[in-house]
Amino acid sequence: MFEARGVRRHYPVRQGAFAPRRWLRAVDGVDLVLEPGETLAMVGESGCGKSTLARLLLRLERPTAGEIRYRGQDLWALDRAGVRGFRREVQMVFQDPHASLNPRMRVGAIVGEGMAIHDLARGRERRTRVERLLEQVGLPPEAAEAYPHEFSGGQRQRIGIARALAVEPRVVVADEPVSALDVSVQAQILNLLQDLKEERGLTYLFISHDLRVVEHVSDRVAVMYLGWVVEEAPAETLFPRPLHPYTRALLSAVPVPDPDRRTEPTVPEGDVPNPIAPPPGCPFHPRCPERFGPCDRDVPEDTRPEPGRRVRCHLFR
Amino acid sequence: MPELLEVENLQVSFHTPAGEVPAVRGLDLRVGAGEAVGLVGESGCGKSVTALSLMGLVPEPGRVRAGSIRLDGRELVGLPPEEYRKVRGREIGMVFQEPMTSLNPVFTVGFQVGEALSTHLDLSRDEARRRCVELLMEVGIPAPAERLRAYPAQLSGGLRQRVMIAIAVACRPKLLVADEPTTALDVTIQAQIMRLLGRLRRDRGMSLLLITHDLGLVAQNVDRVVVMYAGYAVEEATTEMLFEEPLHPYTRGLLGSLPGAPGLRRGERLRAIPGNVPHPSRVPSGCPFRDRCSEAVKECVAAVPVLEEKRPGHRARCVRVERRV
Repeated sequence: MFEARGVRRHYPVRQGAFAPRRWLRAVDGVDLVLEPGETLAMVGESGCGKSTLARLLLRLERPTAGEIRYRGQDLWALDRAGVRGFRREVQMVFQDPHASLNPRMRVGAIVGEGMAIHDLARGRERRTRVERLLEQVGLPPEAAEAYPHEFSGGQRQRIGIARALAVEPRVVVADEPVSALDVSVQAQILNLLQDLKEERGLTYLFISHDLRVVEHVSDRVAVMYLGWVVEEAPAETLFPRPLHPYTRALLSAVPVPDPDRRTEPTVPEGDVPNPIAPPPGCPFHPRCPERFGPCDRDVPEDTRPEPGRRVRCHLFR
Repeated sequence: MPELLEVENLQVSFHTPAGEVPAVRGLDLRVGAGEAVGLVGESGCGKSVTALSLMGLVPEPGRVRAGSIRLDGRELVGLPPEEYRKVRGREIGMVFQEPMTSLNPVFTVGFQVGEALSTHLDLSRDEARRRCVELLMEVGIPAPAERLRAYPAQLSGGLRQRVMIAIAVACRPKLLVADEPTTALDVTIQAQIMRLLGRLRRDRGMSLLLITHDLGLVAQNVDRVVVMYAGYAVEEATTEMLFEEPLHPYTRGLLGSLPGAPGLRRGERLRAIPGNVPHPSRVPSGCPFRDRCSEAVKECVAAVPVLEEKRPGHRARCVRVERRV
């Protein structure tokens, strides 16, 4: 579906009026493939570049370097009609269901807007389709007449999902779709996303910081740190056996909801470094418990220690 | 374990033009000396209002309507404000969720930690400074002497939360109330902060009341758990008992909703609880959970069930759970 090669996105920053211009390397050389029908999760902590990468894939921003292809075509070589088609086929579900719905529009208009823009259905036909969509996401058809503020957070997220599905997309990019929800409601939305994926054969790009959610929903996981994908592997092998020292630290930090398995997280002290002045060599080396000779000098390359897995770490050369 | 904190039938409500809105309807809570207790629940269940009640900080137009809060046997409800000020910080310390909004942005770290010390203790300038540096070192802030001059905005989220903790424990309180202390932080920083809280608790013999929505944090960090729903304590047990045999249908629902809960396979459908968390003004009569509960019967409508001992040391507020004591 998607193929990103050597993608970089650097932002100019100036700290003070006469300071020299420097670059914030939000995404710094990412290769990534999204296969049709899979759920690929991008995980990492704040500032790792996962949201910027999503914006690049959605063609909301142009990469500083590198190339992104959608179904074989360079995103930035598409003509007007091509972009329009792309905008229909790739939809987004946002994190905050309060901020992502226009409070002055009725739910029916919000869900039907995409159909109008892409001229998929009009009049009565559009209304029937909107009602059917609302039912599919678990809302009563009368919801079409109401305004967003009349709904709870979980219901609003259902509206957001109905809006994304209204234009029959192939790919749904979901940026932290359940992080703002209560646990009991979060489970409803995760089940819904799972059902819709099976019914419609969707491809998901799932961005999340919640590793328990990611383990549950994803087929494949890309772990990001300071603008790099440091490890990428199928969920079923990554979670039981993380290889990159950062992935290991990250997973050990997740509190397991089981008092019989009390663990001592092996999390290094210290914070994520400033992406404006990343450390030389491997960006994780200042916090890495296993750093050795080359780590503070040489930039590690991708290695493939086993089929289907990539690790960017000198340990696996 | 002797009880340090005993809360009985606490009720807190907010007076609004539309009438009294109860935020806490009936809460019983005990924290033993040196014990770590978790208060778990979803948004609007009253857990944060509970924390503020313990600190005597319920904001207007809210007030504690009934119940008692005893610390070391001394009643705190109804204490005059100037007396309560001596309790806050000195006997109960508190850490809030958002370290950016709970630290004052225009004062330095040193000033704010020093203020916490000088409010309760009579210290000379040099002595206060020395204690500040010691405290910042104790909470794991690198280069503490230099950080005294830093402003909160110059620190990362994790360091700000460490400063908050330093302030909260400055006067060696017996009880630390931590309200979602890691919710705004990344998971590796969360692990660091929880490790720090555990260490402080052991080193100082301090009790901890951890208020959170995260059952993972509860499982890993506390000895006993109180589950809240719609202003009520609905279940109370040791952490092991709660996860091994959750009794209240709500607790069972919460655990079933959780990706990564014991016994759930990857990709399997989560056993979500239907419906939504009710707004405090729209909690159903009788059992507050009955409209989302798959086991509700007629009795559940009649009256609010009593929080009673169903197994030795394990209490639940549900008529459907058999008593085996």
